[in-house]
Amino acid sequence: MAANPDKQKKVEAFPAPDPPRAGETAKLWEKTRFVGKPLPRVDAYERLSGSAVYPADVRLPNMLYGAILGSPHANARIKRLDMTRAEKMPGVRAVIGGTVPEANPAWNYRQGRPAREAAGKVFDSHCRFEGDAVAAVAAENPYQAQDALRAIVVEYEVLPFVTDERKALQPGAPLVHGEGNLVQTDRYQRGDVEKGFAEADVVLQETYRSACELHTPMEPHGCVANWERDRLTLWESTQGVFAVQSGVAENLGLPLAKVRVIGGYMGGGFGSKLQAGKYSVIAALLARRAGRPVKLILPREQTYLTVGNRPPCNMRLKAGVRKDGTLTALDFSVLGTGGAYPAGGTSLVDWQVRDLYSCPNVRIETTDVYVNAGPARPFRAPGHPQGSWALEQMMDALAKAIRMDPVEFRLKNVPSGSQAREGTPPYATTGLKQCLEEGARAFGWKEARQKTGAPPGKASGEGHLRRGVGMASGLWVAGGAMPPSTVIVKMFSDGSVNLNMGASDIGTGTKTIMAAVAAEELGMAPESIQIEHADTGTTQYTRPSGGSKTVPTESPAVRAAAIHVKEQLLSIAAEALKADTADLALMDGRVLSKSDDSKSVKIADLAGLKQRGVIVGIGSRAPDPPGKVVNPFAAQFCEVEVNVLTGEVRILRFLGAHDSGRVMNRLTYDNQVFGGITMGIGFALTECRILDASQTGKLLNRNWHDYKLPTVLDVPAEMVSLPIEILSPEVNTTGAKGLGEPVTIPTAAAVANAVYDATGVRITESPISPMQLCKLLSEQLKEG
Amino acid sequence: MANELKDRQGKAAGGITRRGFLTSMGIGALAVGAAAELPAAPPEAEPTVAGADAMTRLTLLVNGRQCTLLAEPRWTLLHVLREQIGLTGTKTGCERGECGACTVLIDNVPRYACLTLAMECEGSEIVTLEGLMEGENLGPVQQAFLEHDAFQCGYCTPGQIMAVEGLLRKNPAPTPDQIRRGVSGNLCRCGAYTHILQAAGHAVELKTGKGVKDGGKP
Repeated sequence: MAANPDKQKKVEAFPAPDPPRAGETAKLWEKTRFVGKPLPRVDAYERLSGSAVYPADVRLPNMLYGAILGSPHANARIKRLDMTRAEKMPGVRAVIGGTVPEANPAWNYRQGRPAREAAGKVFDSHCRFEGDAVAAVAAENPYQAQDALRAIVVEYEVLPFVTDERKALQPGAPLVHGEGNLVQTDRYQRGDVEKGFAEADVVLQETYRSACELHTPMEPHGCVANWERDRLTLWESTQGVFAVQSGVAENLGLPLAKVRVIGGYMGGGFGSKLQAGKYSVIAALLARRAGRPVKLILPREQTYLTVGNRPPCNMRLKAGVRKDGTLTALDFSVLGTGGAYPAGGTSLVDWQVRDLYSCPNVRIETTDVYVNAGPARPFRAPGHPQGSWALEQMMDALAKAIRMDPVEFRLKNVPSGSQAREGTPPYATTGLKQCLEEGARAFGWKEARQKTGAPPGKASGEGHLRRGVGMASGLWVAGGAMPPSTVIVKMFSDGSVNLNMGASDIGTGTKTIMAAVAAEELGMAPESIQIEHADTGTTQYTRPSGGSKTVPTESPAVRAAAIHVKEQLLSIAAEALKADTADLALMDGRVLSKSDDSKSVKIADLAGLKQRGVIVGIGSRAPDPPGKVVNPFAAQFCEVEVNVLTGEVRILRFLGAHDSGRVMNRLTYDNQVFGGITMGIGFALTECRILDASQTGKLLNRNWHDYKLPTVLDVPAEMVSLPIEILSPEVNTTGAKGLGEPVTIPTAAAVANAVYDATGVRITESPISPMQLCKLLSEQLKEG
Repeated sequence: MANELKDRQGKAAGGITRRGFLTSMGIGALAVGAAAELPAAPPEAEPTVAGADAMTRLTLLVNGRQCTLLAEPRWTLLHVLREQIGLTGTKTGCERGECGACTVLIDNVPRYACLTLAMECEGSEIVTLEGLMEGENLGPVQQAFLEHDAFQCGYCTPGQIMAVEGLLRKNPAPTPDQIRRGVSGNLCRCGAYTHILQAAGHAVELKTGKGVKDGGKP
């Protein structure tokens, strides 16, 4: 709808590829008309005109507004809950809480898996973190709902709490669940680290800590709930409608068929909207009690408290290296927390250490503990930026210790396969080497490094402004297929096409990429393809959009569905044109004969198609073939300017070199790279959830004023995206690997390494705040 | 609860005519809602205190259209635009003036609708994202955002566009630094800033006719 017609004309026109022969897999496209081009989004018009309806925008007739009362304490038992005054407030139509048993079902944070001992109720009498749900109301307008919350009387027994995970296992620490605060300890080992350290010329050890980061997508979490008798419909801001459907069905005891979840547009999630929230279930409970639809969108502050985070992480890394740059041993231990309920507090923190560099001797121990804080949720590349913060700074330090260039040092240790997996299977493709080499070349790494000067600490720059450059690399544990996924492509009798898929477009451009894939196969413009998506009632099952698996999972399924349409269309046309299907090709709404220019027919004129009314093509995604690992790789480079008087860090430029397989759309690709780097800059420089660990356990920075995201002023003036496009049929039939997560993995460590290059100060604790940097700089001065 | 709203005539800082809701009452335009606790006041009487939840008649000029409705004096412009009038292009992000997702133009100045009471806007000209459309076509700033992919999830985008629009209405030829500052009150968690800056630069060209404005046709 929104395409620029002039730009469309510039697209080279050639027929769509032939369908694969029976029994064969589709070959990679050799050249493309639409895939990989910088095409504007197919839904840009809707998003830019205001006509896109996000769940928070839904207005149903007779709709009420819901609100949740959260516990103000980090750990408290509810002694008395009196909601009688609230029930009589103007406009109030429903009030529910622990005293209304029929509106208080069990709640399982581990949706889809058996509840652990820590399972509770939606309105639990024991609130184990600030903000946990105590009661909820629905009223005629949101102001009346807030008034009613204030009229609810709660008497709490305030209990001792622990919010610092470093103190959770100390003797006498308050118990979050009564059975000790240890969730689990995981161990991994390959080779013999002691032997590895004995073989090393240099052994370094360092402790690192990364602060807790909050997702804070622009659209707050929430939904609109509506019952038609016993059938529930939810319009929910989510990355996965089917996950919300099963989560709500599980917690409310409903059959899946009676729960419809409609996603459509959504305003960001970053992993925090992969499952149903308590808010989803509470909206449904309120709507049932009131007998009217309820919109329940969390206020920003509640999203800070209750809907997830990248938890804080404490790491100790000991590493051995030989003078020639060979890594001999890595010994990594991690203490982390998923908050007050099991939430994978240390999940994947170790993956960079386990898999990124060639190292025969690795030992890992991770310890996950409970604290009185909101449960974690996956956050863009869960675990990876934390592990990268430790490993990539250590790599920088090791390189310095053996007097080797950091890029050279990493190139020395590029692995041949995935050592972390049983039997070290090879990667289908790995562009780590090219990311490092080509990234360094495009950035001007050697020249920049010479300029900032050796030894670090007396770096270049005049007076109080010091320049430094730093880099880091990374890989993402997933980024291949995560089936099942089914996609339906329909061609109507006039040749127009409808694409039906269950996946959400979380802002990455999924719809646009899938339209381009179908367009490529059907030889028609992407914007003429109508898309239905993210609706459990009308679209096909798939997993939530997350883990950088959406494009590598869905795009081959879309391609298969489009090919299925094409095969049927060509056989209809073969009959009409009295030609062999192998001689026919599709282009711009026509079927053409390759051998006879006179034979050609408009799709809309095919009588056979008119008679059928529609061609339905079905595509599904099988798992990637066993034996090869599909992972994306990355290297990022940056230059910073540090004000050594104020401790301010200004990032001057950033380059992201990414091997994510095929570039599916150059516009959205670059946008992802810049966005991931921007988020990583926040992780490096400003973002940090602060809990009042000693006095109240409460969150101290519960809004965007006190918890700082990068703004447009924090983004480097020079941002470069350098795709390392390695195409292989072993990846999948489109050649795309995941992009959304790898782009944020090495960023923070690259910044820390650049700050070190500028100042000689190694900052092991994120974020690199001016206060911390000033303190370390003054210590450096004292030490001379 | 006693929320004293006094008549505040004249231009406030930034150019908005701030008029307390009692002004309209003073000129006799007020129809007291059923639930109102407000006694009818004679013209030019001392301002009376209204309850925050007393329904009051309100007339807003939004995108060139007059909207008359009953509103509580405490309702924000954001609430009235989205939930009462149904213009949902303006988004709710934080409701405390930190993110800019709710940015609208009030008398051509970009303002956070979440921090503005609807009552304050009587007599002012309000423009929302929907008001930038040229019929069914995107306006120049919207078109620039399309061409440069200056958004990801699109939720902060209406605010970003209104910030650029407001900047260009005041300053048709801003420097890159003025553009950066012009949109610095708008957060984008997806981090589309680099493309937003490019789009804003292109919008300057489209608005001044230097660029070719050719697309956005539905």
